[in-house]
Amino acid sequence: MRNITTITWLTFQEARRRRTALAALLLGLAFLAFFMTGFTLISNSLNRFDNPFTRTANYNLLLMAGLYVVHFLLIMLAIFASVDTVSGEISSHTIQTIVTKPVQRWQVLLGKWLGLAIMLVLYLGLLSGGMFLGVYLLTGYLPPNPVEGLLLLMLEALMLLSVSLLCGTRFSTLTNGLVLLMLYGVAFIGSWIEQIGTLFQSDAATTLGIVTSFILPVEAVWRRAAYLMETPLARNLPSPFSMGSVPSSAMVIYAVIYVVVAWLLAARAFAKRDL
Amino acid sequence: MPDLVIDTTGLRKIYGSKVAVADLTLQVPKGEVFGFLGPNGAGKSTSVKMLLGLVAPTSGVARVLGQAPGHTPTMGRLGFLPEHFRFHEWLQAAEFLDLHGRLLGMDRVSRRHRIPELLDQVGLTDQARRPLAGFSKGMLQRVGLAQALLNNPELVFLDEPTSALDPFGRRLVRRIIRDLAARGTTVFLNSHLLGEVEATCDRVAFIKAGRVLRTLGLHDLEMGLLHVELRVNALTPELTSALQSLGLAFRVLEDGPSNAPRTSIAQSSAPAGSAQPLVRSNGSAAAVAEADGPTATLELTLTDEQLLPVIAERALASGARLYALTPRRLSLEQLFLDVVGTEDSGQ
Ligand SMILES: Nc1ncnc2c1ncn2[C@@H]1O[C@H](COP(=O)(O)OP(=O)(O)O)[C@@H](O)[C@H]1O
Ligand SMILES: [Mg+2]
Repeated sequence: MRNITTITWLTFQEARRRRTALAALLLGLAFLAFFMTGFTLISNSLNRFDNPFTRTANYNLLLMAGLYVVHFLLIMLAIFASVDTVSGEISSHTIQTIVTKPVQRWQVLLGKWLGLAIMLVLYLGLLSGGMFLGVYLLTGYLPPNPVEGLLLLMLEALMLLSVSLLCGTRFSTLTNGLVLLMLYGVAFIGSWIEQIGTLFQSDAATTLGIVTSFILPVEAVWRRAAYLMETPLARNLPSPFSMGSVPSSAMVIYAVIYVVVAWLLAARAFAKRDL
Repeated sequence: MPDLVIDTTGLRKIYGSKVAVADLTLQVPKGEVFGFLGPNGAGKSTSVKMLLGLVAPTSGVARVLGQAPGHTPTMGRLGFLPEHFRFHEWLQAAEFLDLHGRLLGMDRVSRRHRIPELLDQVGLTDQARRPLAGFSKGMLQRVGLAQALLNNPELVFLDEPTSALDPFGRRLVRRIIRDLAARGTTVFLNSHLLGEVEATCDRVAFIKAGRVLRTLGLHDLEMGLLHVELRVNALTPELTSALQSLGLAFRVLEDGPSNAPRTSIAQSSAPAGSAQPLVRSNGSAAAVAEADGPTATLELTLTDEQLLPVIAERALASGARLYALTPRRLSLEQLFLDVVGTEDSGQ
């Protein structure tokens, strides 16, 4: 346990010393300020409408747009923060003095995973928490199921984290980054194929989309999260943030298993690898 | 049987089609400073990495401190300075050592005590609070060495520990190795620097193309193995039997036909005063035949200097004309070249 927390501490230190944490914090705050400015301008003009349904529907729409960006940023951050952590230390041989200590290789991997996961949780908390709080203070509006929704966003990040560590035990940093972005690209396109297929009632397209979701179910989990946080009214309006078919909760269970299995495969590959 | 710290049988590592280590069978007893010598690409680093569990052998077995390589609790009794010493460069030197102390399971008190001591030992006390990013390669190698000694290990692997060091650093490493030896620590030193090995090691193994060619105690070497070069006019059967009667092994480095050039000189009406000193006096062919040049060179290996005059006497008694009897102390370099071969494999 001590070994794991030591590596987690080291992962934090790296983010801090390399100013990654600071840059992420400042950019996150800038993003929040920008979002709140836009939201304030729009909510001011919305105050002209008396109909509370229209207002909440529009608040919700804006918030979902903001969350969609947060979801995307979180995925990118999960990729960029983790892509080099294993492969980089292998190629620079830094790993050699670490794993020749009385430490198991899986402990090193878990320490890194935990450190990165905690940073991603904090970042998600900062961005989405800031958005929710800002909107709430301004309008008194909160979307439905905020906690479940954010947990699902976090699940997306953890999926990418585990896959990144898995690929990092075998590939170079560059290859790893390429693989992750391609996987995300496939998941993204698959999700759109599924939605448009549903819209135009093409069973084949829908099936293809669903099958693609199994490769990396990030977009599927996002759509579930969006579905949970949308107002019933917004659910019926087609928007880029959700529409058509909604992944079932089985997909969520699949995603959780996906995180665990990818991590276990990473630990196995790392344990066997020549360093 | 002495207490073996390292014991391997038939260790082998193949990368794709490349044989990095062909067959490593090796025993290192406790407390020995063991030199692992070989040209670049001989398989030294791969061998060490197999002993540390960093690399899985293709076949063969190894025991390190009585356990399989990489056995987790045993790793706390080892130290390792890798060949490619790259560390987390955003850490300060003292923090870097603290991290490794934590991974070794050392408590805060012993880390606080041990880290300044080691920084002092490797001459980095003033740099303790500087990030490693600003360190020169030599400083990194020093801090890496300190890292390898944090836990007062029973066995230390040093892979080319002086590759980035200046003469001061090299002397420092020598001193550290001697201190370790004095404390009974076993040291496994990978090197291609013969002086370093000669100055510190009890025993060396010569390795080439992934195979141990020879192991040899260096104390025997110091205790006076002599190479003697003997130059005579000809290697006659009388001389051979005279040397054999002394129980001496010898090797013929050069024998006979410097005849060929002499014949050609005799045929061409060579101008007087041309190079060949012994054929200079034109005409007196009989004298030339008598005053044959030194045409045979032998190399003898002896263990006792007292044999030198005896060899001279016997050689003369056998009718040989003696041109040189030159003792040379057998240097490790000569031995290295003899064992490993002179051609540069260029790997
Ligand atoms: N990871 C690797 N992949 C392929 N070949 C390797 C690898 N590591 C070492 N080798 C090869 O194995 C041989 C031995 O290498 P090494 O053990 O580093 O030699 P040394 O330390 O004696 O210089 C070399 O020919 C080297 O090219
Ligand atoms: Mg080497």
